[in-house]
Amino acid sequence: MRLIKTVGDWLDARLQVGAVIQETAEHSVPRETASWFYVFGSAAFVVFLLQIVTGIMLALIYVPSAGEAWNSLQTLNHQVALGWFIRALHGWGSDFMVAIVLIHMVQVFLFGAYKYPRELTWIVGVFLLLVTLGMAFTGQVLRFDQDAYWGLGIGASIASRVPVMGPPIVNLMLGGPIIAGATLSRFFALHVFVIPGLLIALVAVHLLMVIKLGINEWPMPGRVVRKATYIKDYHALTKKDGIPFVPGAVYKDLFFGGVILLSVAACAIYFGPFGPSGPPDPTIIQTAPRPDFFFLWLYAVLSLLPPSMETPALLIGPVVVILGLLFLPFLFGEGEKSWRRRPVAVLTILLVAVAMGTFTRLAAFAPWSPVMDAWSGIPIPSEFLNHRTALERQGALVFQLKQCHNCHSLDKQGGKRGPTLDAVAVRLTQDQLIRQVIQGGGNMPAYGKNLSPAQTTALVAFLETLHPAGQAPARDAARAIAQGPDTGPGSGHP
Amino acid sequence: MTLPDGLTRRALLMKLGIFFNGLIALALAVPIVRYLLSPIAREKKGAYDAWVALGSLEQFPSGETRLATYRNPVVNPWDGDTADIACWVRNVDGQNFQVFAINCAHLGCPVRWFPQSSLFMCPCHGGVYYQDGSRASGPPERGLFQYHYKIDGGKLLIKTGEMPTPGQASNLVREIRPCV
Repeated sequence: MRLIKTVGDWLDARLQVGAVIQETAEHSVPRETASWFYVFGSAAFVVFLLQIVTGIMLALIYVPSAGEAWNSLQTLNHQVALGWFIRALHGWGSDFMVAIVLIHMVQVFLFGAYKYPRELTWIVGVFLLLVTLGMAFTGQVLRFDQDAYWGLGIGASIASRVPVMGPPIVNLMLGGPIIAGATLSRFFALHVFVIPGLLIALVAVHLLMVIKLGINEWPMPGRVVRKATYIKDYHALTKKDGIPFVPGAVYKDLFFGGVILLSVAACAIYFGPFGPSGPPDPTIIQTAPRPDFFFLWLYAVLSLLPPSMETPALLIGPVVVILGLLFLPFLFGEGEKSWRRRPVAVLTILLVAVAMGTFTRLAAFAPWSPVMDAWSGIPIPSEFLNHRTALERQGALVFQLKQCHNCHSLDKQGGKRGPTLDAVAVRLTQDQLIRQVIQGGGNMPAYGKNLSPAQTTALVAFLETLHPAGQAPARDAARAIAQGPDTGPGSGHP
Repeated sequence: MTLPDGLTRRALLMKLGIFFNGLIALALAVPIVRYLLSPIAREKKGAYDAWVALGSLEQFPSGETRLATYRNPVVNPWDGDTADIACWVRNVDGQNFQVFAINCAHLGCPVRWFPQSSLFMCPCHGGVYYQDGSRASGPPERGLFQYHYKIDGGKLLIKTGEMPTPGQASNLVREIRPCV
C-alpha cells in the first residue's frame, strides 16, 4: 500500500490532477438524485466503453474492402477463437446503447432536466442521439451483407430525392456511381474515425456540463424553475440536503452499469452475433432486405405513407423533429419540472412510444410486402377445394399460377398486401369480381392482358366459392330480376 | 513599442500570425475539398456512363423477359461482387427491347420478374410493375428505370454505369406516362 501511495504522490506531483478529480468526485448532489432513475446516462457511457473495446478487437480482423469484408466476417464467426462472441457483444452492445440513450432521453424529458440552465446539455444530448443512430446505421453497413447492400440502396434512393442536390449527394455518399468498394471504405472511415471522434468530444462536453451545472434535482410538483432564482435555489438545496456524488450516489450507477454489461454478454452468448446474411452480390436478387431493429419503424413508415406524401415526409419530417428537439429548451425553459404537472409531455411520450412500437411490430410482419414464394410454396387449404366443380378447381390453379397468393391470403396463409379473400364472394358480386380482376384498381394490378377469357371465368368461379358456409354470396339484385323467377340464387321469394 | 493608434508590436505580430495561418489553411482547404468532391466532379464530366454488352441476342428470346448481369464500367479491383450488376431484359417482339434497372423506382430494392402473371414485384415495400415497366401498384411514383440500348454485332448493349435512383434518372430512357 505504501508503494502505491508513493507512486501516486510522485505522479500527482507532476500531473497535478488529483485535487481536481477528488473535488469532482465528491461534489455535492441533491440527496434524491441518488436514485435508480438517474443511472441511464452512466449506463450509456459504460456500453460506449464496451463498444470502443470490442470495436478495436473487431478491427484487428475485419477487412474494410467490398470484396473481402463478408469473408472476414465469416472468418470472425467461424475461424477466430471467440470471434463470434466479440461480434455478438458489439452487435448487442449497439442495440443496448441505442435503447439506453433513448430511455435516458425520455427520463431527462419527463424530469424536466432540459430546462434552464441545462439547455445546452440537452442540445448536446440531441446531437449525441443523432451520432449514436449514425453509429448504428454505419455499423449495419460494415456488416457488409445483402441487407447492408440494399439498405445502402434505400439510403441512396432517399438522398436522391433532395431537390437539385440529390444526385451529387448520392455520388458523395456512395463515393462513386454505384455501391462498391469506395462506399464501404467511406462508411468505415465514418464508423471508425469520424463519428466516434464526434461522440467522444460530445460526451466530454455533455459530462463537463453535468458536473459544472450540477445534476438535475428531483422534480417536485410546485417547485417551479425561474431563471432569476434557479441557480441560487439549487445551490441552497445541495448545501442543505446534499450528499457527495462519490460514494453517495455512484454505487447505483456502478451496479446498473454492471447489470447492463452482464445483459449484453448474456444476449451475446444466448442469441449470438447478427448475421452476416447472404454475400453482398447484387446479382443475387432472391432477397428480401430488412433493416436492423431500430430502423424497422422507418421501414414501416416508408411502406405505409401515400406515395405523394413520401418525399416531403422523408425530407421535411426529420428536419422538423430535430429542430423541435433543439428548440425545446428555449420554448419551455422555465416552469414546472415534475411530470405530474406536465400532462402534454407525458402524452407526447406515450404517443411517440405507441406509434414507434406499433410501426416496429408491423415491420415484423411486413404485411405490405408480397410473399414472393406464396404462389409456389403455400398450397391452397384443402377446405377451399373440397366439393368443388372442375371449373372452380381450375380457377384455384389460376389463382396459384398467376401469383394471386403472393398478395392475397387464404385461411391466413399467403401475402397480406391485398385483402384476404376468405369471404370475398360476400363482398363482391360476380360482375364486380370480373371487373376487379380485369381492370385492377384500389392498388391491385390489372390482369386483363394477362388472363385468357377461360382463365378469368375459372378464376372468378373459384372466387365465388369463397364465402362462409352459412352466408350467401353477394348477388346483383337487378340481374336476378332480369333473369326472371326460379333462376339463380335469391329466387324463391314468397 | 506602441504604434500611434494603441496597437502594440506584439499584438500586431500575433494578428499577422493568425492571418498567415488562415491563409495557409485556406490554401490547404482547396485541394482537400476538391479531393472530397471527386465523386461529383467525375460525374459532371459524364465519365460514369459507358456502353456495356449484356450478351448475344440469342440469350434474349422474343417475347420473354430475362435477367442479365454485367460488370459495371466504373470499377476498382477491390469492388468484389458489388460491381456485378443485374438488369431485366425484355425482348418485346424480336426487334425492340426494353432494359429495366433491377432497382425498384421506389427505394431501390431488387425487383423480381414473374412470367406467369407478367409482373415485376418488389420484396421490400410491395411495388408492382407491368411487363412494360409501367407502374401497376404500390408505393412507387413512376415506372421502372430503363437503360438506353443498342444492338451492335449481334450483341445487346446498354448505356450504364450509375445506380439509378429516383432523383437521378437523367441519363436513362425518359419515362412515358400513360394519359389519364
